[in-house]
Amino acid sequence: MKGRAGRRVKDIVLAIAILLPSAIIFGTFFFYPLYRLVYLGLHQQNRFGTAERYVGFSQFKDVLTGSNFTDGLVISGKYVLFTVPLGLVLGILLAVAANRQLRGIKAFQTIFASTVASSVAVASVVFFVLINPQVGYFKDVSWLSLSNPDTALRGVALSSVWQNLGLTFIIVLAGLQAVPEEINEAATLDGYGALRRFFRITVPLISPTLMFLGVVLVIFAFQAFAQVDILTGGGPAGSTETLVFKIFNSQQPLNQGTGSVMAIGLFGITLVVSLAQFLILERRVHYGN
Amino acid sequence: MGTDTLQAPWKKVVWYVILTTLSIVVIFPVYMTLVRALSTPAVYVREGQPLYPVDIQWGIFRRAWVEGALGDKMIVSAVVTVLIVGCQLLTSVLAAYAFTFLVFPLRRVFFLVFMATLMLPIEVTLIPNVDTIRNFGWLNSYPGLVAPFLATAFGTFLIRQGFMGIPRDLRDAAELDGFGHMAFLRRVAIPVTRPVIASFAVIAFLAAWNQYTWPRAVVTEGRWETIQIGLKSLAASKVEENNIGFAAAIIAAIPVLLLLIFLQRQLIRGLTAGAVKG
Repeated sequence: MKGRAGRRVKDIVLAIAILLPSAIIFGTFFFYPLYRLVYLGLHQQNRFGTAERYVGFSQFKDVLTGSNFTDGLVISGKYVLFTVPLGLVLGILLAVAANRQLRGIKAFQTIFASTVASSVAVASVVFFVLINPQVGYFKDVSWLSLSNPDTALRGVALSSVWQNLGLTFIIVLAGLQAVPEEINEAATLDGYGALRRFFRITVPLISPTLMFLGVVLVIFAFQAFAQVDILTGGGPAGSTETLVFKIFNSQQPLNQGTGSVMAIGLFGITLVVSLAQFLILERRVHYGN
Repeated sequence: MGTDTLQAPWKKVVWYVILTTLSIVVIFPVYMTLVRALSTPAVYVREGQPLYPVDIQWGIFRRAWVEGALGDKMIVSAVVTVLIVGCQLLTSVLAAYAFTFLVFPLRRVFFLVFMATLMLPIEVTLIPNVDTIRNFGWLNSYPGLVAPFLATAFGTFLIRQGFMGIPRDLRDAAELDGFGHMAFLRRVAIPVTRPVIASFAVIAFLAAWNQYTWPRAVVTEGRWETIQIGLKSLAASKVEENNIGFAAAIIAAIPVLLLLIFLQRQLIRGLTAGAVKG
């Protein structure tokens, strides 16, 4: 008995020791900031950050209902709408096209996956080449012009769609390849045409993968910053100032209060989206059993 | 899709045409970047918008390297990436081990607390975290660039999944052989979950090398710029010189491109982890 108790104590000591490094990082850079966000959100600082006064939840109300935050929310929401559906459709198109046995198919698959090598910054420079108002190859294409407030966000969004193509393709292709071949063969024998087979059999079977991907792309879209920073700097006329762009530019002491409230707003959105993802995953596990 | 092997030859031709067209669409943006990097800016202003490089300047990559100080930026990026990936592997393996093989009070609660960090992207915690780094005196430094990323719930989760797949018998056998925890970790647990750990390492590399928002927030001096944030100033410089930025973007993507070519299996397994069952 003494041996077992001794081992339990040893287990606990070891657990503390090996969890400590992660715990210190998470405490310092994940949980403490959460507290600080609330604290900063409840206070207003002077320009130099040398004095602050408590303003309470009025700042939350002012910021969350103010036009700065709601504009950012609308722009980020539009960014989701511009990037996610188009990105999913194109990714599915590439994956379906490349999911067949042909000589040289590996080369096509590598090409389709290749944009995964591009960082947000690289994708932004690539689209700088294409749509920069001064030097871009497509600078005269009006519906994605970066110099027009009505269209600039579309141009920026297109860079994200392209950058995420590789990831979307890889994940959808993996989903397609996990569909048992017999199911398709049985459907063919039942007289299903290719299109009907795709929409009635394939799409439902890979829908968990598509939902997972959708959530990932939504979260990416809400975190968009580099694209805006490199391609437009938030302009023209603030038309591409996403939520994260606004948060990034609220680091001066004078603006930290409002910036923190916006960050809490972004956290709320991330939370809702992540919970949706969790529920989807949970449901999928039940289906699997 | 076994049925495709039985297809008529003309159907194959149609698929090759479709696949080639799609490939061109996917590659066109990179191709144009290469064209613009290789041409002098003055040429494409003068000649309109050619689809091919005019007045090819192979020296541009050298110029980008020298004038854009890409060497220094690559070193900063490389050091940051190695530190992050190395430390993430260490902290994740250890944490995953504790959550799988050690019995301690509130284990499930601690695990959930760890996983909760997945919902706190750096964009949310940016303002207080930059303050913290400034208070530590870590702006423009390696500790400042890497500190928030030295532990990861994603890695802990993935590696724990791997550890949970280790059969109970193996654990019991190791215990009979007198293996303590650390010996079991080093000689059994890590070797048998190597594929999972490798996939995670590749994904961690990708994320660390490509990150933008955080370094942009904690770096104010040129000499601490990573390659990614260096691209902004290079591309958005004077029109006569922005081909240096275009060349730099191509150079910046090369390490990850190599990863895609040589570690494709690990990369794909890592990217699809959680997305596809089985």
